[in-house]
Amino acid sequence: MSYTRSLITGAILATGLTAISAVTASAAECIAPADPGGGWDFTCRTVGRLLTELGLEESTVQVTNMPGGVGAVAFANVAGKRASEGDLLVATSTVGVTQIAQGKYPGGVDVMRWVGMLGTDVGVITVPADSEYETIGDLLDALKADPTSVPVAGSSGAGGWDHIRLLMLADAAGMPGDDYKAIRWVQFDGGSPAVTQMLGGQVGAVSTDLGEIAGFVESGDIKILAALSDEPIPAFPDAPTAKDQGYDVTGYNWRGFYTGGDVSDEDYQAWVDELKSLFDTPEWKEAAEGNGLITVWRGGEEFEAYVADQAKQMEEISRSIGVIQ
Amino acid sequence: MDILTSLIGGFAVAVTPLNLALAVFGCFAGTLIGALPGLGPVNGVAILIPVAFAMKLEPGSALIMLSCIYYGCMYGGRISSIMLNIPGDEPAIMTTLDGYPMARKGQAAKALGISAVASFTGATLATLGLTFFAPLLAKAAIHFGPADYFALYVMAFATIGGVTGVNPFKTLLAAVLGLLLASVGLDPATGTARFTFGSYHLYDGFDPIVAIVGLFAVSEIIMYFESHATSGAGPAKLGRALPRLREVFEGFPAALRGSVIGFVCGVLPGAGASLGAFVSYSTEKQISDKKGTFGTGDPRGIAAPEAGNNAASGGALIPMLTLGVPGSGTTAVMLALLVSLNIQPGPLLFERQPDLVWGLIAALYLANLVLLLLNVPMVGIFTRLLSLPQWLLMPIVVMVSFIGIYSISHSSFDLFVMIGFGLLGYALRKFEISLVPVVLGLLLGADMENNLRRALSISGGDFGVLLQSPIALVIYGFTALMLLFSFGIAMRRRTAPLED
Repeated sequence: MSYTRSLITGAILATGLTAISAVTASAAECIAPADPGGGWDFTCRTVGRLLTELGLEESTVQVTNMPGGVGAVAFANVAGKRASEGDLLVATSTVGVTQIAQGKYPGGVDVMRWVGMLGTDVGVITVPADSEYETIGDLLDALKADPTSVPVAGSSGAGGWDHIRLLMLADAAGMPGDDYKAIRWVQFDGGSPAVTQMLGGQVGAVSTDLGEIAGFVESGDIKILAALSDEPIPAFPDAPTAKDQGYDVTGYNWRGFYTGGDVSDEDYQAWVDELKSLFDTPEWKEAAEGNGLITVWRGGEEFEAYVADQAKQMEEISRSIGVIQ
Repeated sequence: MDILTSLIGGFAVAVTPLNLALAVFGCFAGTLIGALPGLGPVNGVAILIPVAFAMKLEPGSALIMLSCIYYGCMYGGRISSIMLNIPGDEPAIMTTLDGYPMARKGQAAKALGISAVASFTGATLATLGLTFFAPLLAKAAIHFGPADYFALYVMAFATIGGVTGVNPFKTLLAAVLGLLLASVGLDPATGTARFTFGSYHLYDGFDPIVAIVGLFAVSEIIMYFESHATSGAGPAKLGRALPRLREVFEGFPAALRGSVIGFVCGVLPGAGASLGAFVSYSTEKQISDKKGTFGTGDPRGIAAPEAGNNAASGGALIPMLTLGVPGSGTTAVMLALLVSLNIQPGPLLFERQPDLVWGLIAALYLANLVLLLLNVPMVGIFTRLLSLPQWLLMPIVVMVSFIGIYSISHSSFDLFVMIGFGLLGYALRKFEISLVPVVLGLLLGADMENNLRRALSISGGDFGVLLQSPIALVIYGFTALMLLFSFGIAMRRRTAPLED
């Protein structure tokens, strides 16, 4: 009797395990290589929803969360198992390319086919509204005089994109490379936590993307010392760019997609065309701007070249500031 | 009264037939999702976001449905803690300590009733706090820096030795094991991989839900195989199907204390519901456990952590709405939902979209009421679970958890990790080491470390920073008092063991 029960116990367990392997994929799928709630998840869900609503996709685009290793798990999965699946998109951004450039993914940018980018967030350096620093020059001068004087926070760890953008500014200000490590960099789980900790007086400045923290700028709690864009940001035309203040640094965080390296030219081009059609709609413009993004399109071969170039550039920066050897 | 007018306006938004129906559906679905181990609020809300879009709901309605699911999960998590000794979600872990022993004693209905009332108390007090003090509390929470959060975690871990009744050294050992497991993965401060053995799957460390299901449910199955279903625990006494009204209020004072502690932990974005439930339980034990009944089925040991985790979930909405800072995985998903509805939480949300915010708050009051009304009669259904034989129940539970976890991560690796944790749980049970501190270490260890690292990054490596903040000093003082107090109790018990 007891053996029978054990047998049944095992049988039910086995049935369950088999059932899991039978989960099938639907028509089009977007992999967000992060937990629900992050920027990549937003990219997949918004683009997926709009593609269906606007009739560019017949059925619902399935969003799959595949978190792990800042996108490395999804990258490895697609490269290894799904390299030729033509109905698959993976959300990524400058952060993903930074990881690739620093050798933190299993492979380089040439492993994937880069479909296109639909918009970009802009890096900003912010301080509390009542801070003694009025310009980015004030802050950089203080850091040059004593790198330990102002703890700076962001949403990435040391060597991540938020940190690199700050160091690019320090470089442009002529700070010697040996001093980079002395700058006190504090990592928080996102731009908003970093800003609230700055408002609580824990750190002196924050380097991160504008989108997530735009509300604090509008409410007047914090001010932008420098926008890391070529042109002033449309939503905050008064915020000065770093370029205008004599520091030739830009730091975008674009949002886009890649697909497997063995996808046919036909399927690849179909994705490029479909995303371009989406990009041209007022619905995308509204969704993107609602989230603090600037709408910029780069697709197909142009985007491939852009990503390859950016990865190379990122690798050089990472090496020059000592993030990689 | 400005707030009252806004709130009445909010009720006008929330109380439409469609919204009420969505609220009832959300509460019911949430309770079920919360009750299933492996499926938690994060999965529940994430799975239903596309449903909300597919139904073309107004932003307000979508938000109402999803926040009802959120609150429902918090109510539901306790059910499998009490009935199966498997926490339904992370914050429900403390409820296993006294809930399961009560169920074994044939008091399952009473335990479910008490925890439903405690959940209601905690969530309602937190919603009141959200209604009247949200902006104020958000301003106060800003002043909690990394050093202060670290002090909070030190306080929590200082009391861990007394949390489970058994040998405190084994408890400490288990907690240290949990802390070690928490160090696996990418170090967030530097991006360096630790103990990952080159596997990308380990970069994000161990998912606490995977660990919980493995440790509690899978190990239970292994134990069952070993005993060949001959000995084992056997079916629990069924007891009454419905609790008596008087019994349900037995833990009420404990629930009130738990609510306050949980709410504070919820409002602090670096703390959260798991810490809230943990501190509520350990504080309640310090205050009330004069006869050593905690851990053997004391109603107060259920009321305090359940009130604590529900109050924390309500409190966590404050930093989420007013600062855009999610205090937990679930609030992070809610935040994502708001963002995908083109609503940007942050300092201006209350001014810009008052209809939406007050509609949401009104919906939370409704959700609580619906959940209480739904949960008390549902107790009867859940108590019948106990009449199912273990050899049928446990594999089904594990199967559902496997599917739940796979449906979120799409990674068979997680399933192997879960089985690994099952083996670990089996070994720990053999050594009679409690599993709860292992999970607490894993759940809270990473946050504790991150805050220590942040404090040290700010100070440039000077440990003195930990003692420079007045808030941290107060917390350390409180910790010392609590330790002295429990030391005193232990001494008294030793000198006069027959007094009670």
